[in-house]
Amino acid sequence: MSEQFEPVIICFTCNWCSYRAADLAGTARMHYAPNVRLVRLMCSGRLDPTFIMKALSGGADGVLITGCHPGECHYIEQNYKAQSRWLLLRRVLKGLGIAPERVKLTWTSASEGTKLTKDINSFVEEIRDQGPLAWHKNLQQEKQEKSQHNPQQTPVEVTA
Amino acid sequence: MSNDKTKKIGVYVCHCGTNISHTVDVEKVRDWAAEGLGAEGVVIARDYKFMCSSPGQELIEQDIKELGLDRVVVAACSPHLHELTFRNAGKRAGLNPYLTELASIREQVSWVHTDKEAATAKAKAVVTGAVERVIENEPLEELKVAIHPDTLVVGGGIAGIQAALEIANAGKKVWLVERDASIGGHMAQFDKTFPTLDCAACILTPRMFEAGNHPNIELMTWSEVTNVAGYVGNFSVTIKKKPRYLKEELCTGCRICVEKCPKKIVDQGYEAGIGYRKAIYTSSAQAVPKYPVIDTANCNFFQKGTCKVCEKSCPTEAIDYEQKEEFLTVDVGNIILATGYDLFDARKMSNYGYGRLPNVFTSIEFERMCNAAGPTSGDIVLRDGKTTPKTVGIIHCVGSRDRNYNNYCSNICCMQSLKFAHLVKERTGATVYDFYIDMRTPMKAYDEFYQRVLEEGTLFVRGKVAQVTDAARKASEEGKLMIQVEDTLIGKQRRIPVDMVILSIGMEPRHDAKETGKLFGIGCSANGWFTEKHAKLDPISTMTEGIFIAGTATGPKDIPSSVAQGSAAAARVLNMIMRGEVTLEPIKASVYQGQCSGCRICNSLCPFNAITFLEDRKVSEINPALCQGCGTCVAACPAGAISGTGFSNDQILAQIDGLLMDVTLADA
Ligand code: SF4
Ligand code: SF4
Repeated sequence: MSEQFEPVIICFTCNWCSYRAADLAGTARMHYAPNVRLVRLMCSGRLDPTFIMKALSGGADGVLITGCHPGECHYIEQNYKAQSRWLLLRRVLKGLGIAPERVKLTWTSASEGTKLTKDINSFVEEIRDQGPLAWHKNLQQEKQEKSQHNPQQTPVEVTA
Repeated sequence: MSNDKTKKIGVYVCHCGTNISHTVDVEKVRDWAAEGLGAEGVVIARDYKFMCSSPGQELIEQDIKELGLDRVVVAACSPHLHELTFRNAGKRAGLNPYLTELASIREQVSWVHTDKEAATAKAKAVVTGAVERVIENEPLEELKVAIHPDTLVVGGGIAGIQAALEIANAGKKVWLVERDASIGGHMAQFDKTFPTLDCAACILTPRMFEAGNHPNIELMTWSEVTNVAGYVGNFSVTIKKKPRYLKEELCTGCRICVEKCPKKIVDQGYEAGIGYRKAIYTSSAQAVPKYPVIDTANCNFFQKGTCKVCEKSCPTEAIDYEQKEEFLTVDVGNIILATGYDLFDARKMSNYGYGRLPNVFTSIEFERMCNAAGPTSGDIVLRDGKTTPKTVGIIHCVGSRDRNYNNYCSNICCMQSLKFAHLVKERTGATVYDFYIDMRTPMKAYDEFYQRVLEEGTLFVRGKVAQVTDAARKASEEGKLMIQVEDTLIGKQRRIPVDMVILSIGMEPRHDAKETGKLFGIGCSANGWFTEKHAKLDPISTMTEGIFIAGTATGPKDIPSSVAQGSAAAARVLNMIMRGEVTLEPIKASVYQGQCSGCRICNSLCPFNAITFLEDRKVSEINPALCQGCGTCVAACPAGAISGTGFSNDQILAQIDGLLMDVTLADA
């Protein structure tokens, strides 16, 4: 019997909306899939595409980006900037042969614990359908191969 | 992983009674931290029933002192709950508060998951993320800035007047800027105020006068703010004083010029289009200040080059056609925005016929009509100026609670309509129909007023009016306005003939609220109203330190609420002035200028105008007092020249590493 694939997902949250929605989901004991691990940023605008690449190359199968609804950004309009970056990143991912669907953007206000829960659960299912990414394994393999040729060389890592 | 072995980290896992330990195997998490993360610098890992209790905190303090910890991770609840608690615990033991991290394994793990094994695995990952992150944390110092004791209040309606008076009466100086020629705002146009039926002018004009003559208030009417620079405590504001074409120091306010001016035009402002004013005018005889202003678009002299009647008639030679606009820069420590609202344009709802059917009036027209000092001297008459209506229909929620226009409730329309119903009955004895969707009368003495109007015999029809038309279907409808409505209480369509219709139009954000928001660095909600820092707990603050909001600028409100907010904003400002200085969170961005290429990409990204380009050195610079720490510029700089304290790339990347460590280890 084959075991169900359990994806690992990194979810970037904004301190003012989605992180608070996650807190709310907690206090209200709403349940969601344990596959998602949260990173708190002050704003979705802080999201450097490097963070997403780091997550994907470090073993995550998908990345969920959450921010304040359009027009409700705590910093006035920075969520729009996050959105433009996300759109751009999707093209880069495609170029790398990674399904852009692995990186998703959703809007969540601080009061939308239910929405966040739903968004997380459906994203986990979407990534389950995508299957494992295992980018980190390829990278590790590459590293090993390289170090066999040249044991001195330091392995390539994604850094900012 | 960038662990430098000099770090000594303590990890504290909380049971939170059973809130956490019920779903997370706390001991396993503790052991993982002690053994699995020993190589990362964890020298001690403990678990405890209640970490936030005094003994829990003392445990941390003791370890810092005895073991020489230089980093602390507490795995417990949300940082929004106890970040400060544990930062302070660290601080008491001599640790910089920013070297403590709180890993949320309650809100993010035990409360949202049910499978103990999966929850424990996730808790380990969350703790690992926090450990990796805390290694990269740097000690930070809070920023202190001095507060300039003067305040700017923008908007001279009742909320702005109230705020200005509170501050001025406390002995502090206020600049009160109003773009109209007189202060008073919408309230100055009203006749009676609900539910007490006080005359609006009787309660407002003394306040206007006080504000206009207060030694601590510098009143600047016919003026607009054009630029805001600086930050909390130290704003530098540029104010444009539009030309009145009259020397204020000479004008005595005798209004002879107004009387003599030959040009009469419809007053779309104060008289809401149902009265007239001259080309040189004051909004009313009670205007504060008393000085008139010339409306150049309608002035014979400015348009045709001849006339000068006002100049000739002025006994003090105050008229000055050459006057130019002036700019003034003032320094203030805090700003209160009380910029008010616009009224919904009833023309947009063509089915109600406003603008096409003469006897359809808006609520503001009706206010002016009711006013003894208004165009009809207080007579309620049809558009012909003489016929008293025998039947009047009042329609609620015009432009409000309507998905096609504004989906929100305008708050005051029910009470305003009830007030109109009462006044029409009292003054004309007409039959009054009142069409409402829901009756909303929740404030003090409001529902009692509703009961009173019910007893007076106003006929209430529950239903949203579909149409107002003058197309008669039968002889008896001839010459009438027909109101087509579904009476939802009896479930029937009705056609009710009336002589006059009053539309209770709703409130809208100022047409230029977005630009105003940009100017002051504050945001608007999707509906366009200014956004509060916290809708419930901090409704008069904004995300920008030192900028407060009061009155209807944040959404529809009645007069008591606007006044309360004016006072509340003033209290906050006085609090800042009394403190003398403010402490700012050290989550800030800064440019490492050696690395800045001068591309200026970041310059336009900051919504708080915190980034300036130094022309001489061709690099960008961030003002730490203006920066709110969103981090957008940090993420955007292609040269990697901007770093953000508290949320640096190193911290975030390390946290991601930590969060995924189990995956990497499992597959290695
Ligand atoms: S984006 Fe970076 S390099 Fe460009 S001006 Fe700003 S700090 Fe300098
Ligand atoms: S971090 Fe945000 S607020 Fe601070 S300077 Fe950069 S863009 Fe402006």
